[in-house]
Amino acid sequence: MNHINLMNPIRVAITGGTSGLGLALVRELRRRGARVAFVARTRERVDHIARDHPGTHGIVGDVARKEDIHRVALQISAALGGLDVLVNNASSLGPTPLALLADTECEDVALALETNVLGPFRLTKALLGALTASAREGRGAVVLNISSDAAINAYAQWGAYGASKAALRHMSAIWGEELAVEGVRFLSLDPGDMDTPLHALAVPGADPATLRRPETAAREVADAITAALITEPA
Amino acid sequence: MIAAARPIQRPFDARLLVISRNGAIAHAARSSLAEFLQPGDLVIANDAATLPASLHGIHLPSGAPIEVRLAGRSSFAPEDLRFSAVVFGAGDWRTRTEDRPPSPPLAPGDILALGPLVGTVDGVLGHQRLVALNFDGPADSVWAGIAQHGRPIQYAYLDRTLALWDVWTPIAALPVAFETPSAAFALDWRFLGTLRGRGVEFATITLAAGISSTGDPALDARLPLDEPYRVPVSTAAAIRRAKTRGGRIVAVGTTVVRALVHSGGRAGEGVADQRIGAGTPLRVVDAMLSGTHAPDESHYQVLRAFQRDDVLTRADAALEASNYRTHEFGDSVLLFSHQDGVPTGSP
Repeated sequence: MNHINLMNPIRVAITGGTSGLGLALVRELRRRGARVAFVARTRERVDHIARDHPGTHGIVGDVARKEDIHRVALQISAALGGLDVLVNNASSLGPTPLALLADTECEDVALALETNVLGPFRLTKALLGALTASAREGRGAVVLNISSDAAINAYAQWGAYGASKAALRHMSAIWGEELAVEGVRFLSLDPGDMDTPLHALAVPGADPATLRRPETAAREVADAITAALITEPA
Repeated sequence: MIAAARPIQRPFDARLLVISRNGAIAHAARSSLAEFLQPGDLVIANDAATLPASLHGIHLPSGAPIEVRLAGRSSFAPEDLRFSAVVFGAGDWRTRTEDRPPSPPLAPGDILALGPLVGTVDGVLGHQRLVALNFDGPADSVWAGIAQHGRPIQYAYLDRTLALWDVWTPIAALPVAFETPSAAFALDWRFLGTLRGRGVEFATITLAAGISSTGDPALDARLPLDEPYRVPVSTAAAIRRAKTRGGRIVAVGTTVVRALVHSGGRAGEGVADQRIGAGTPLRVVDAMLSGTHAPDESHYQVLRAFQRDDVLTRADAALEASNYRTHEFGDSVLLFSHQDGVPTGSP
């Protein structure tokens, strides 16, 4: 992607693409010449971002809803004519303000799991045909799941989020084991603490100067995607 | 045969009727499919995902309720929003298509309001129910409208309503099919791993499988409609490798046969407009994995390219006698061709 190939630009779908890291990734990948489709829940935001970024494809959908998954997958593949890279970025924090697990409602844990584990599972499965087709054609195929240090370390009050991100990280590793033979690579990346709406919900009043800019993290994520596609076995 | 009324893609007890090159017939479990393939063979499936092609709405000039079934398209381009479509009158899939009332008379310029979609009849295609339909609006909005408002084409023999996930095969990729290329229901990722372990290659083509039946004899006689397809460079290369080493090409479904016969196995895009039947040279295809088809179905004609009628008659009798399940979610047939293979690239 650093060397833009206009004849064969990579085709990327990003969930949670209208704010934070997702939006920064839409911009970064578009800047690098990729063809980009993004997914988010709010029609107004999706239309606004799509208008501001000509050539991108905005799709309204909620990855936590089973009924939305195939509709979203259909629109991604239709808009891009296939798919090389899926970025599962949309995340739910669980309860806000953050709460001790003992104070967390079951429904908040369920929503975190629906958004952070089941959603990426379902969307990856629905798009696996497109991704493996891309791998067979020698274009490469990558699924990048956005992770967190909360997937590894046990932080008090991050229970719903941490447990769901740990599950996503482990699932990502198992997907990778099983699908390496089909030519699909799975990456799990922790972008660090960023100045994003999600972080502001979790830690209100954090000093933005102590946080990473999402644009910086987006460049690293885009580099990781490039590297994974380049090292793809033919 | 009995109708497979439950929409389960891979029932554990699915069966496989195998018809060998010399016309011998054997019964097997579909889970043993890989055992009928040899190292060096190449399995090719259609990876088209299925569109929710059934759109309910109103024929604005008359105010009459209608169901539009998108049935064909001339290319895969996302901006190509012109479809051929079959229009039914009031009612839904619970009524057999044969018994559905006709649509109101349709004329060029008629506007069809289909949920969030607005379609204009561009022309009537030689039959009152078959029209060219053009959707207004940016392509992304039209695909979003189809995704939201459309439902998969339903079948009256099923015991429940089909959702999109019921009709997407495990390998479903580009959403261009109007009815599901259901022979590929038999494939799962474990099976693809088994093939690899046996030294059998796997590749895909994409063909926009069109509508399979309308319940209208005059219209059904025109099926299949023209279907755009694409053969990837990697698939054409896999075909050449298989032919070079003497492997057989096994097509998963009639749609793959159609694409391979039309393309001769060469890479590229095309529009399959031919019919396959008794006497059609199969060129690159040596065998077909298919659903079970009865002699009165249009797909049955494809079988006649593979085997003599007397062999097929014996196979039909075996399917009937052993109560094989039929239709989209039914059992399978592995049918080897009695034709001598013609090398790829031959005229």
